[in-house]
Amino acid sequence: MRTETIDALTAYARGAPDVMLLTADLGYSVLERFAEALPKQYVNVGVCEQAMVGIAAGLALTGHRVVLYSIVNFPTLRCLEQLRNDVCYHDLPVMVIAVGGGLAYGPQGYTHHGVEDLGIMAMLPNMAVACPADPLEAEALLPQLLDRRRPAYLRLARSGEPVLHPAGTKVTLERAITLRSGTDIALLATGPILGRALAAAQTLAARGISASVLSFPGFRPLDQQAVLDAARGHRAILTLEEHMVTGGFGSRVAEVLLAAGLAPRFGKYGVTDALRGQIGSQAWLLDRLGPVEDHAMALL
Amino acid sequence: MTLAERGLNMTDTRALARRLRGHALRMTHLSRASHIGSCLSMADIMAVLYGAVLRLNPARPAWPDRDRVIISKGHAAAIVYATLAECGFLPIGELDQYSADGGRLSGHVTMTVPGVELSTGSLGHGLPVACGMALAAQRASAVWRSFCVLSDGELDEGSNWEAIQFAQRARLDTLFAIVDYNKIQSFGTVAAVSDLHPLADKFRAFNWGVTEIDGHDHPALLTALSSGPIIPGRPTAIVAHTVKGKGVSFMENQLLWHYRNPDAAQLATALAELEAGA
Repeated sequence: MRTETIDALTAYARGAPDVMLLTADLGYSVLERFAEALPKQYVNVGVCEQAMVGIAAGLALTGHRVVLYSIVNFPTLRCLEQLRNDVCYHDLPVMVIAVGGGLAYGPQGYTHHGVEDLGIMAMLPNMAVACPADPLEAEALLPQLLDRRRPAYLRLARSGEPVLHPAGTKVTLERAITLRSGTDIALLATGPILGRALAAAQTLAARGISASVLSFPGFRPLDQQAVLDAARGHRAILTLEEHMVTGGFGSRVAEVLLAAGLAPRFGKYGVTDALRGQIGSQAWLLDRLGPVEDHAMALL
Repeated sequence: MTLAERGLNMTDTRALARRLRGHALRMTHLSRASHIGSCLSMADIMAVLYGAVLRLNPARPAWPDRDRVIISKGHAAAIVYATLAECGFLPIGELDQYSADGGRLSGHVTMTVPGVELSTGSLGHGLPVACGMALAAQRASAVWRSFCVLSDGELDEGSNWEAIQFAQRARLDTLFAIVDYNKIQSFGTVAAVSDLHPLADKFRAFNWGVTEIDGHDHPALLTALSSGPIIPGRPTAIVAHTVKGKGVSFMENQLLWHYRNPDAAQLATALAELEAGA
């Protein structure tokens, strides 16, 4: 979804000369298409994420919309205070595009596992947080976030993610998308782990269990109504995220349920401390968590 | 045009500097706030910059062609608000509300105050943002300039050196970094804590144009702040050698006044000293 997103950004920026793309020297073989098409709107600032965010804030304070690109933890955790103070407090139109979200760079080791980013970004003032599940969601979210002209975080995986939605599916930051409707359990997913939710729903169906599957492209704002409807329409809810289960998507869903006085059977499928320090492909690492259908069955 | 050119009667920058020092002393006394020493060391820089150099319009704080100033040493908020009040961005009477409950003049510089370009208070944030502004000016071939006032202690922050490296590579020749080099930081002398010397040479090694001046010498400040880039196509660093607590004898070069605020008797003594020095 990296390439599709940068293509969407290039198309958008062609008609918007105020949009600039900054990278901290990452994005080889991905960003060239933008740089070649729009050289005056592209700056490689060097390996300096803190300065990159500050430079973005300065550009944004003087009339630009700025997009930052780097690997998941570098343009988020490394420069968290610059994002908090310089960008978010000032409510500036700066969007961070992070690649390698979750365990997409699993074999690269713990430094490259982006498993706290969503929760942390979602705590920052004025920040929208988007976690697309597939290239279709990513392409659709990019212009919405730019149109918003406020701080935004777009978390991507890497390349080769399959399209999970039928063509023509309407994707917005604010609304969850129902891919499958059932009655027993609702599988609520954010990000490409949606694919595992869909596969699990099929397996569950073979076992006589009817599962709904919803995708949440927006981590913040979270579609609270969809959460409440899921709780009212099913006996159980299982959330899925490629992120620490503490302080992430499942936690946000739980907050919504608790505030509404709803108490369905509830579980969270996501990264735990047990994965810290382990290396392996994204699929191998997620397999360490056990089959999604087993987590679902345990709730029923 | 500068404030002075608009007849705002700020051409006597020395008198302005005295008023700024007086405001800051009263503000820290009333609010029992810290950082008076950091305010006093940069009073002359602020007086010359705002009184005689900057192109600003207090009636239009967002005027697109204004010069930009970022005060990266956001803890010196009292002297910043005092300067903006003297320029007409806010009522001078509001200075009594510095750090007050429910007021807008927070103890570190905040953008909710008219005339403030960037909220600061965590060190090492200002210069990268000033770089972004200078980059915007370069892209637009604009005439306005970007100034960033830094403390010496905050040059410990690596983000500054990221920005210093970027600025020369991007050839940001409308960027001016002013270091208030008062030689004292939070826990002691800069020499003891971070050994910043030779500061000017560090900037030179990063391909910046550099000038070293007495940061309390108004003609020297005026020359440095009014001139173009020292090296064509490169950013400029003005290393302003200053005295922490300058203008109040018992505060000068005393670490204690990074933290302490003057009581009523000390305030009276300090104001009398400023008056006597007039």
